[in-house]
Amino acid sequence: MCGIVGLLVKNQKMRANIGELMMPMLIGMTERGPDSAGMAVFTEPVGPGELKYNLYAPSMEFNWQGLAHDFDAHLGSKVKISSQGNHAILVSHLESATVKTWIKENYPNVHVLSVGQSIDVYKDTGLPAEVAARYDFPKLAGTHLVGHTRMATESAVTPAHAHPFTAGEDWCLVHNGSLSNPNSIRRKLEHEGIAFETDNDTEAACRFLEWRMREGDDLHAALQKGFEELDGFFTLLMGTKDQLALVRDPFACKPAIVAEHDDYVAIASEFRSLAQLPDVKNAKLFEPMPEELYIWKV
Amino acid sequence: MESLDLHKISVRELNQYLHKELPGKGVDKIEILNPDGAHNIAAGMDCPVDIDIRGHGGYYIGGMNKHANITVHGNVGWGVAENMMSGFVRVKGFASESAGATGHGGTLIIEGDASLRCGISMKGIDIIVGGNIGNFSAFMAQAGRLVVCGNAGDGLGDSLYEAVIYVRGKIKSLGADAREEPMTDADYEAVKELLDRAGFKHDPNEFKRVASAKSLYNWNADANQEY
Repeated sequence: MCGIVGLLVKNQKMRANIGELMMPMLIGMTERGPDSAGMAVFTEPVGPGELKYNLYAPSMEFNWQGLAHDFDAHLGSKVKISSQGNHAILVSHLESATVKTWIKENYPNVHVLSVGQSIDVYKDTGLPAEVAARYDFPKLAGTHLVGHTRMATESAVTPAHAHPFTAGEDWCLVHNGSLSNPNSIRRKLEHEGIAFETDNDTEAACRFLEWRMREGDDLHAALQKGFEELDGFFTLLMGTKDQLALVRDPFACKPAIVAEHDDYVAIASEFRSLAQLPDVKNAKLFEPMPEELYIWKV
Repeated sequence: MESLDLHKISVRELNQYLHKELPGKGVDKIEILNPDGAHNIAAGMDCPVDIDIRGHGGYYIGGMNKHANITVHGNVGWGVAENMMSGFVRVKGFASESAGATGHGGTLIIEGDASLRCGISMKGIDIIVGGNIGNFSAFMAQAGRLVVCGNAGDGLGDSLYEAVIYVRGKIKSLGADAREEPMTDADYEAVKELLDRAGFKHDPNEFKRVASAKSLYNWNADANQEY
């Protein structure tokens, strides 16, 4: 079992408070996912030609300024870095392959959580309330977000196994359910030169869909191939820089409910995560149908 | 009437009160405020009382109900009135999956739509749905009646036993061994009585009957596993 939450804020004034609005949603999913939690939030984009990298260090006392200094010295390019404890956001003009390779070779303990112009990702083990406090979720600002609470069923409980998973740029996915053929998908993608970071089933779905879109499919076509390729149970919630997308497997084995309001669109595994949203009684509530793609644009 | 507020007490405290203190107390009407999608509200009732839940419920609302008359003024999550024995459960909004699953008796009324697997393995309950029902509904339904005023999804009544389904709208597809049968006078009577019970105003003549062809009742060695 796991819990998913998603929120897309239409009312521009409320975007600064997206973290606060989301908090009761995430906490409401604690019973569905008490072992890890994570959040991807889409913010104002960085400057033209820049990319930001969300980084996770294994220790709260990590020397981020030291990393930035080494980066400048080795690559001859100034980076901007902002950090809090074990999490940092690094902004650079360099090619993403260059940056990721440099981090991997020089700081193998530092995990790249996300790459993109808008996406920030925070994820860790612990109760959702603990993870939210550690990374100050109530302060998050942005247009839309994708969150997850995890109850692991098929791979280890570590920060890297927590959701959201990311691939490519400004793309993330959270999953409630379990896939039965992640290893065959993984083998297929590895032949395409795609590298994996964990043995988690969701990572296979995340990288499969991102690969399809990189090959030219739009989200509809990629998910259609996903339905053909992914075997198992899933409610998937996905985020791109300007949209949220939701699908459920053909048997609708895992739940989802949507609240559409003039000010926001909210998605959760269960209504109890939507109950605290402002004016939710005037929102249109519905259950998404199996095997249908729902997309909301910012 | 007593009013109980789930912002002030937990579901466990509520249900312990409903099970242990309420019977014999002479209270005939209970109102539950701020359900906020909580699970198991008024599950395991075992006394005649009217319960109004003012808002949306979570999973297993009114589960295992005996005797109580429960109304949800909102939507419910999975397994509403699952394994109900007797009494009434009415949902004013829509119900998520597995509504009335394994119900032995009583009446479940859903005024909106019911999602997938409505009435799965029902064992004597009557379920009346004002809207549509999702795929795989009444799977292995053993006894009782399922009335659908809207449309039915895929695989309706797969592997049915003795339960009977009445559908007013379109049936996307029937499951294995389910078949449409002619309506008899007794069927029209039954549909009329069930619609009256729910307060739904439809003409029984608009309904069709789905029941088991009973071809799965006995092992057929020649079927070559092709059902």
